[in-house]
Amino acid sequence: MSHDLLVALPIVIPLVTGVIALLFYEQRETQRIISAIGAAALLIAGIALLLEVRAEGILVSDMGGWPAPFGIPFVADLLSAVLVMMTGLIAFTVALYSLATMDPRRESFGFYPLFHILLMGIAGSFLTGDMFNLFVWFEVMLIASFVLIALGGERAQLEGAIKYVALNLISSAILLAAIGLLYGVAGTLNMADLGMKLQDVDEPWLVTTIGMLFLVSFGIKAAIFPMFFWLPASYHTPPIAVTALVAALLSKVGVYALIRAFTLIFTQETGYTHQILLVVAGLTMVTGVLGAVAQYEVRKLLSFHIISQIGYMLVGLAILSPLALAGSIFYIVHNMVTKTNLFLISGAAYRLQGTYELKQLGSLYRYHPYISALFFVSAMALAGMPPFSGFFAKLTLVRGSLEVEHYIIVAVALFTSVLTLFSMTKIWTEGYWTPSEAEENDELPPGVNSWPGWNSQMLAMFVPIIILATLSVGMGIFAQPVISLLIETAEQLLEPSLYIEAVIGDES
Amino acid sequence: MKSLILQTATRSLVAVMLLFSIFLLLRGHDEPGGGFIGGLVGAAAFALYAIAFDVQSARRMLGIRPQMMIAIGLAMAGGAGIISLLASEPYFAHLWYHTDIPGFGEIHLGTFLLFDIGVFLVVIGVTLLVILTLSEE
Repeated sequence: MSHDLLVALPIVIPLVTGVIALLFYEQRETQRIISAIGAAALLIAGIALLLEVRAEGILVSDMGGWPAPFGIPFVADLLSAVLVMMTGLIAFTVALYSLATMDPRRESFGFYPLFHILLMGIAGSFLTGDMFNLFVWFEVMLIASFVLIALGGERAQLEGAIKYVALNLISSAILLAAIGLLYGVAGTLNMADLGMKLQDVDEPWLVTTIGMLFLVSFGIKAAIFPMFFWLPASYHTPPIAVTALVAALLSKVGVYALIRAFTLIFTQETGYTHQILLVVAGLTMVTGVLGAVAQYEVRKLLSFHIISQIGYMLVGLAILSPLALAGSIFYIVHNMVTKTNLFLISGAAYRLQGTYELKQLGSLYRYHPYISALFFVSAMALAGMPPFSGFFAKLTLVRGSLEVEHYIIVAVALFTSVLTLFSMTKIWTEGYWTPSEAEENDELPPGVNSWPGWNSQMLAMFVPIIILATLSVGMGIFAQPVISLLIETAEQLLEPSLYIEAVIGDES
Repeated sequence: MKSLILQTATRSLVAVMLLFSIFLLLRGHDEPGGGFIGGLVGAAAFALYAIAFDVQSARRMLGIRPQMMIAIGLAMAGGAGIISLLASEPYFAHLWYHTDIPGFGEIHLGTFLLFDIGVFLVVIGVTLLVILTLSEE
């Protein structure tokens, strides 16, 4: 397959799927089938892209045939390819899951077209090689996710959606201003061209200032300290499939943008900028996990954990050594898998027991041991227990930090780890182990704990959960190939000349 | 509010506006103009009709649901890019087709005409979806 096709497919597939779903606006059943097929195709395209990038190096496709730096190139390096593949995986599992859990009303108001347009925005953000184009993809994402979060129009949803949109619009405004300033300084917005021109600029402080604006803007999107408060305020309100999708992908796009900007473009005064990143990373970890400790609603608790884990993803970027950066990317991948799975499982528990409140959930282990096992795997993976994926992600990160003697951040990371384990144990004991109050007083409504049997809905619900849980275990047991791929990725990121050559040198 | 003057004027204005929107769309092929601005003018024609008469008759005049218009427009615009991919070109690298029509002269057509018509439909669809829905509230 031609490279142009491979690079464009992750954007074209969701677009085509969304459009076809829109053409069948009146027929829900058709939309459901199209959505599942489209998501599977995206996963396959992602895998093909990753294999090709690993074999051939960075792939570049100039949109419209206009050569870089004048046109907009789409660039697939290993980081982009890994993240696009993960997007495909999450899209596929959540698309299956939403077949079982999405209510007909939301389905007939365009859930599936929006779902795929959101995926297009995410894939576009991962692949674009142009700053302004990145802004455009962010907007595509923002609009689609806004409607997805508000779709259904429940009171809590609207409240969450307004907070989400207001803060993200501020972030977009800052981003636009920063892009304008950057263009004023460099005269280009092509990322590779920026990376080249800004290396020997006369006034590095000016570039650093602009870099800080980008940090604030991307930081709001990634939900880092102290700009995370929109996330726990909005993520728990929509249906669980939407929560799982946005939780897995949206903040990671912010992290991706930070990694891209601060490895390729803003590397003039790393002593200053990356020190700030390190402090922010530590504070993000701790505040997130402390927020989670106080929560007793599963979705809110998990939302706070997202923030805490964003911190881990930044550590590697702040340290800028291959091993630590590989650890951070491993953490992103691991987090996409386990966090999605925890949301999906809590949705399944909701289906069986009708609540997200830990106090009212209870004895899940007694009635549904298999779900409990799946939860246990994901929770322990998130907390970083061996042999699951989280352990090796943390191990790589911690070893990377120790190598360059950043002892404080290691201590913070391990402390956060213990607190994460604590709050996972809290869900386990409250929700799965001890009986709920209603159960103790024999007041359970009839049928609450009965297993509905393996009908097609239950299959659509549990197949994704099982796939993701298997991956959590698999990435732990077969950690070696994953780590070597990600170290390759990190080395590519730390060698910006490869990226620049692939985009610009291509044309000469 | 029904105004006879507005209604009479609208009947003739709508036709002119729709023609003008198509003129703008086609002008965009080589000169300033294009699907976006053409679409806005086209949508303005339907919006004017909805103000002068009522929303229901504007919907009848449109004859197709705005959602469907958006979908068809997106399919055409996205499809224009996919044609380039099938020809092993980068996405949206526009392909040209030149031909001589006897007695008319040379014409050249690009895949971006398809893209522009798609944009035209999307713009009309989105604008009308918003305007008609809001005025029904």
